[in-house]
Amino acid sequence: MTPAHLYDLIYELLKKELKVRYKRLVLGYLWSIASPLMYAGLYYLVFYKILKVSTENYPLFLVSSLFPWQWMTNTIMIAPSTYIGNASLIKKTLFPRYLIPVVVAIQDALHYLVSIPVIILFVYIFHGTFSWHWIFGIPALVVVQFTIASSLNLLFATLTVFFRDLERFLQIGIMFLFYMTPVLYSETKIPDNYQWLIIYHPIAPLIINWRTLFMNGTIRGDYLISSLAWGVLLLSLAQFAYRKLSWRFAEVL
Amino acid sequence: MEIIRFEHVTKTYPLYHHFFSGLKNFIFNIPSAMKQLRSSGFTALKDLSFTIQEGESVAFIGRNGAGKSTLLGLIAGVLKPTSGTIRVSKRVSPLLELGGGFHPELSGLENIQLNGVLMGLSRKQVAAKIDEIVAFSELGEFIHEPIRSYSSGMNARLGFSVIAHLEPELLLIDEVLAVGDASFQKKCFAKIKEFKARGVSVVLVSHNSSDIEMVCNRVIWIENHKILMDGPTAEVLPHYIKAMT
Repeated sequence: MTPAHLYDLIYELLKKELKVRYKRLVLGYLWSIASPLMYAGLYYLVFYKILKVSTENYPLFLVSSLFPWQWMTNTIMIAPSTYIGNASLIKKTLFPRYLIPVVVAIQDALHYLVSIPVIILFVYIFHGTFSWHWIFGIPALVVVQFTIASSLNLLFATLTVFFRDLERFLQIGIMFLFYMTPVLYSETKIPDNYQWLIIYHPIAPLIINWRTLFMNGTIRGDYLISSLAWGVLLLSLAQFAYRKLSWRFAEVL
Repeated sequence: MEIIRFEHVTKTYPLYHHFFSGLKNFIFNIPSAMKQLRSSGFTALKDLSFTIQEGESVAFIGRNGAGKSTLLGLIAGVLKPTSGTIRVSKRVSPLLELGGGFHPELSGLENIQLNGVLMGLSRKQVAAKIDEIVAFSELGEFIHEPIRSYSSGMNARLGFSVIAHLEPELLLIDEVLAVGDASFQKKCFAKIKEFKARGVSVVLVSHNSSDIEMVCNRVIWIENHKILMDGPTAEVLPHYIKAMT
């Protein structure tokens, strides 16, 4: 496989994924911005207006952590259908199968990238801090999150081919992880004797970094290293599972 | 020069319903479940050996479930043998199923672009050939419609049109020519003849003896997951037809 053909394959597969996902939707690409915004509106209503969370600048707080979280969940939640939904492609044509998860992950990353201006708009409206650190921080966090998200997609996509029950576990697992990650609440609310756990959390350091980057223009180095370590770990795990199992895809699907 | 060599190839499928009966059984009985998985299996092909030379055109015949499609999957490289070795020295253009690899939500045109690249062409090459492919398919305005609205015959037209404009060295066809109408079938066979004249080898799975006579000079008869007969079409085909009636 030449690099030129690899590029062509990714290009065509990405085009297909984008077209298929929005084929019958009137709002089309607008959904990549509309759906996290709607979630943000819902959580604002429930947690700020009804439960009276006392976090400062809550709208900006919500948007800057919920948007990257949505990106992460979208890539994980679509994993069970990544291979199963492309069964005919896998049974009938020959191409590197890892490309499908990669393409799915690229697609979700693109949707996040186009929603960054909306976050920046919130920074402007709610008096966040515009910072030069964004120039280095945003690409760094995008790369780290892409690694984690695409690895999780590859891992779960591969395993679900053999254990379809995993899809149900995943739905509950994501819910669990959502409330166990400081997305809706600040990490300072976590009791002191559990604070040391944050750095070992697979997603929390990443989300906290996104939020502090947009709200205060800062990034915590130890959290970035933690996310990077998770990325490397998950990538090797996903590759291991893929190498062991991918040759059976055409039999099982 | 030989282009395909099978040496003592066996293909067994684990019976996956043990898996799919759920995680619950599997987790709670791991040792016995693993044992069951190893011991139970379905043998699709047993100890198969044969070679196919360059320029030969071969048909595989046999009852449903004899293992013919598994054989094509193995040649195409989509499946891996359980034991034995397989060598295929040419670039394969598998036509395992017309419309395989097509996406129902994409239009005919979009599917041609995707399929062409999946079959090994570059985007440039596809772009250069796309008008020709569309013309060959005779689908007219339907080429812009999503293919979920296509009939099976139209699907077959699109699938064959893509294949016809690749540059295959080895063509695998799995009983797919039966669905098109008579005039399109004629066009397909003309194209296959053109390929053969250029030295492309054709491997065909079919139940239609006139198709086989038209395309293939050699027939391999698979029965009970093994080769029962292997020889020139004129020799093997009459035996097969007799056995089937």
